[in-house]
Amino acid sequence: MTGTVRVSDVTKAYGQIKVVCDASFTLGQGELVALIGHNGAGKTTLMKLMLGLIRPTSGAIEVLGDNPAAGEFAGRRQLGYLPENVSFDPALTGRETQAFYARLKREPVAKALELLDAVGLGAASRRRVNTYSKGMRQRLGLAQALLGQPRVLLLDEPTTGLDPELRQAFYDIIARLAAGGATVLLSSHALTELEERAGRVIIMNRGIKVADGSIDELRRLARLPTRIRLRVAGLAPSELPGWAPKDATCRRLNGHIVEIDAAPERKIELLHRATAAGNAVEDVDVVPPTLDELYAHFLRQSEQAP
Amino acid sequence: MNVLIIAAKEVHQAIRNRWVLAATLLLAGLALSLTFLGSAPTGNVGVRALDVVIVSLSSLTIFLVPLIALLISHDAIVGEMERGTMLLLLSYPVARWQVLLGKFLGHLAVLGFATCLGYGAAVGALAATGSDIDSDSLLAFAAMVGSSVLLGAAFVAIGYLVSALVRDRGTAAGICIGLWLLLVLIYDMALLGVLALDKGRSISASVLNALLLSNPTDAYRLINLTGFANVSTFAGMAGLAQSTSLTIPVLLTALLCWTLLPLGLAALAFSRREL
Repeated sequence: MTGTVRVSDVTKAYGQIKVVCDASFTLGQGELVALIGHNGAGKTTLMKLMLGLIRPTSGAIEVLGDNPAAGEFAGRRQLGYLPENVSFDPALTGRETQAFYARLKREPVAKALELLDAVGLGAASRRRVNTYSKGMRQRLGLAQALLGQPRVLLLDEPTTGLDPELRQAFYDIIARLAAGGATVLLSSHALTELEERAGRVIIMNRGIKVADGSIDELRRLARLPTRIRLRVAGLAPSELPGWAPKDATCRRLNGHIVEIDAAPERKIELLHRATAAGNAVEDVDVVPPTLDELYAHFLRQSEQAP
Repeated sequence: MNVLIIAAKEVHQAIRNRWVLAATLLLAGLALSLTFLGSAPTGNVGVRALDVVIVSLSSLTIFLVPLIALLISHDAIVGEMERGTMLLLLSYPVARWQVLLGKFLGHLAVLGFATCLGYGAAVGALAATGSDIDSDSLLAFAAMVGSSVLLGAAFVAIGYLVSALVRDRGTAAGICIGLWLLLVLIYDMALLGVLALDKGRSISASVLNALLLSNPTDAYRLINLTGFANVSTFAGMAGLAQSTSLTIPVLLTALLCWTLLPLGLAALAFSRREL
């Protein structure tokens, strides 16, 4: 795997406040990476550092072979960026805006305009940008970020303001790009959306990288229990089934569902017990810890650490 | 290439925002009214009409062109940063100096177009009403238009420098108004006051020359009011024209420095900005 974006020991401080603190990671080709964290966790700052919009206080960054802090930008022809709260010159139309950005990337304008249809801007692209709604501006923002088969895509909160249908189309597009070898780094608050899609998750808290890995790796690291939900017939409302182990947390949910928190290595054992002959289990659901829960866990952990 | 793409977009935007239209109409309107009203005091006997127009138009230019230039330039960097469009632009494969130079060429084109067309209307009107226009006057007029554009370029560059240095648009606008007042109005009055008080005791001719060159509007005034013999007689500057050692090349160099220096400093400040 070749790295397209390398961040090594990067710190960015404004006065006394460290917005990013000793962050290091390498993003490889074809990776779809989710960057998550509270507001002010340093997500946007990291992207700006990768673009050379700001310079790191210490540490080094390399993006597509360029050092952005030194003002190198040859690789940016193959880089797409969608800022949070994207804005455009209000006097120009969507088509004119897209054509302008296509020229800067030396991309054929006709091909660039097709992207406007791909993001569903269609007829509105002939109107001035100052008549656009937030969602339409976001679509135009996506269209310009996708110009010219980017090898690196930096997307800051890309799905805010998009309706569910377009959101789906958007994830399809970036999944296709990632499959074609592009590196996609996207920050988002919509954790449930990212769960199935991101191959890798980087969690930031107060400028510090607190977790980095695939969701499965994070689950292993976090050791959060998997929840097993069983529908059991013939139990009184607050009664727990007799076979339930004493050392696992069990609780009753609405009426006839029993929920057991299973440590990762006991999952199978518990399932065996539950489905053993004689137990009146009618249905089973296994819910692994969600990205939301993992995120909360790692944040808690980093807050407790001194 | 990048520079030209950005320049073309600036021009496009200026046309869309009706900046071009407004500036051209303003300059043409004033040039035309000066052409027709301006000939009233001198009458039409023995005076070449175009020379009178040059004197009155160049006095007007000193007030107006710097103001228009600062209006379109003070917002160029800090305004785009505030609106958030600069963030996206700088993520493209363009260097910051290219952004600045592209904007400069675009704004200069707008200003040049408005000046040429607006002032050209005055010549057209004179020709249409049957005034004699000889080649000397025409040359002096062309020089006036050219130096007006150069004066505009200097103030566009000054506006960029302010725009690259300050944190918000309001501050940029305030500083630009202050600079306009200082360079266009206060400087000359102060200079005049000092000269009157001094009565030639300690301010030598070379000091005066240096003082005149250190204000772009004075350099412009000297080019147009003393540079051409037949014009300077009407301007009442014939005496000064003979005594000053500031030749047209020197004055043009001064204006050029007033353009390139602020532009270079603006590029430097912009390249260090974090956004």
